Amino acid sequence: MTTLTPPALTAPLTAPSARFRDLLAAEWIKMRSLRSTPWTLALTVLFVIGSAAVATLSDHAAASGPVDFLPFDAYPTAGYWTLMLVAGTVGALTVVSEYSSGLIRTTTVSVPARGSVVLAKAAVTAAVWTTVGSVASTGSFLVSQAILNGHRTGAALTHPEVVRALAASALVAPVCATVGLSLGVLLRHAAATTVTSVFVLLMLPTMFSETDRWSAGIKHTLVSAAWKRLVQTWEPDPGSLAHTATVPGSWLVYVLWPLITLTLAVFVVRRRDV
Amino acid sequence: MGDVIEVSELTKRYGNKTAVDRLSFTVRPGRVTGFLGPNGAGKSTTLRMILGLDSPTAGSATVGGVPFRQHPRGLRHVGALLDAGHVHGGLSASAHLSALARSNAIPRCRVDEVLQEVGLAEAASRRIGGFSLGMKQRLGIAAALLGDPPVLMFDEPINGMDPEGVLWVRRLFRRLAAEGRTVFLSSHLMSEMENTADQLVVIGRGRLIAAESVRDFAARGTRRSVVVGTPQAAELAALLTAAGASVEPEGSAGAERLAVTGLPAERIGALAFENRIQLAELTTRTASLEAAFMELTADSTEYLAGQPR
Repeated sequence: MTTLTPPALTAPLTAPSARFRDLLAAEWIKMRSLRSTPWTLALTVLFVIGSAAVATLSDHAAASGPVDFLPFDAYPTAGYWTLMLVAGTVGALTVVSEYSSGLIRTTTVSVPARGSVVLAKAAVTAAVWTTVGSVASTGSFLVSQAILNGHRTGAALTHPEVVRALAASALVAPVCATVGLSLGVLLRHAAATTVTSVFVLLMLPTMFSETDRWSAGIKHTLVSAAWKRLVQTWEPDPGSLAHTATVPGSWLVYVLWPLITLTLAVFVVRRRDV
Repeated sequence: MGDVIEVSELTKRYGNKTAVDRLSFTVRPGRVTGFLGPNGAGKSTTLRMILGLDSPTAGSATVGGVPFRQHPRGLRHVGALLDAGHVHGGLSASAHLSALARSNAIPRCRVDEVLQEVGLAEAASRRIGGFSLGMKQRLGIAAALLGDPPVLMFDEPINGMDPEGVLWVRRLFRRLAAEGRTVFLSSHLMSEMENTADQLVVIGRGRLIAAESVRDFAARGTRRSVVVGTPQAAELAALLTAAGASVEPEGSAGAERLAVTGLPAERIGALAFENRIQLAELTTRTASLEAAFMELTADSTEYLAGQPR
């Protein structure tokens, strides 16, 4: 296996520089080189768009309610909870797999600036899932409209509330992926991280109702509830007893969850033994 | 080009268990320094602290005068192989190295160079998951060489290597040291160090036992003994004891041998000749590093088979 005459090492490598974009490129190399990455992403997109098609078709067949356009049809809970589930889990596994194999030690010796490594991973993960989310969300809308247009009940893409629903459904993927990744850094174990991210992102909001003020208050700070509010295009019924979250408040949830968990992850990773 | 590794009063405690206990030593460039100790002596913990992965409870470790963690990028300062398993099985060898190289702004061509260097050029595009332990060790060494660093650290690098690989790796370490680099090599196998290292740092239960040249270490460990084979064992034993040596019988009846300490071979030969005792064998047993190591670390072995402690 050994070559008979090993080539001499090249002259000393010059000028070490510490650019963040090199870390981004390194994380991107790792992500795109894994065979499972394109499969996971493609299947997720197909499933989400498929679920929108199924939901629109069945809603149309039932012919219930007014024929007003409901972008809601394009964003069925089953499809988008799956998107959140996969994004959160895959985001978590990006770092958990490094911890379980010990690769994190190799990574940390090559880049002792641990916080930067976490940020680079988060940035690459967020970028990939923004793309996936956008494709899934746009695809869902177009498929759903194609079905509705057959019956002249479609809506234009430029409708302001359509844009909001589209953006909220696209961005929920990077939000969940970043939260999952941060939890992965904090917990480091595959099972613990997966269970925690599923619980926090998906299960917890279902525990709280919107009928009590306190309960609604908690629910409105959670990611999947915020998504649900943002894709809901009709205004809340003023006579209803339910407390409805505000649209800006729901966007704030999208910002704060990844921000807080990622800050915590960077803080902890700097202080803890690898 | 090498940098000094300086460990001073380094201590690491986990709860009330002390893994590394006020350890101080210096590793200098231009030679291979072996880091020896029984399993559980604290070698890996010490290496992790030098590399800034674990923070010490007390004391400090520096490479080239600065704590390694202060470097934003590490590969041009220190190359390290801690565990060949610290890789992602789903990546190919070249993807793994490319990512490492890229994070340190090392040109891509360097990946092919080091793969060539460790003899993995043909396996470059294969998934690491399918590699043997020996191949993973080679990959780990390739990663350590990527940044052409002045300091290299290897934790048990020959585990799982075939004899040809062991020879190769020994030559590589010697060459790296000859180039003026600091080469620090841990092992629990003394015999390996005998053939590779110039200097030794020996620890047991987290404490320093010795830091000296391989020759000094071997010499101080075991007193020299001489093995004498003779049909007149009882007679000779009495003579030697009278001359001030200590004698231990060895071997079986009929082919008796004596292990003699305290007298050199030529004195034993002369005594036998004067007393007309026939000798079948007269061998000086050179102190082996292995024996010295066992003797010095006997009290500090973490896990002893069959002996309640």
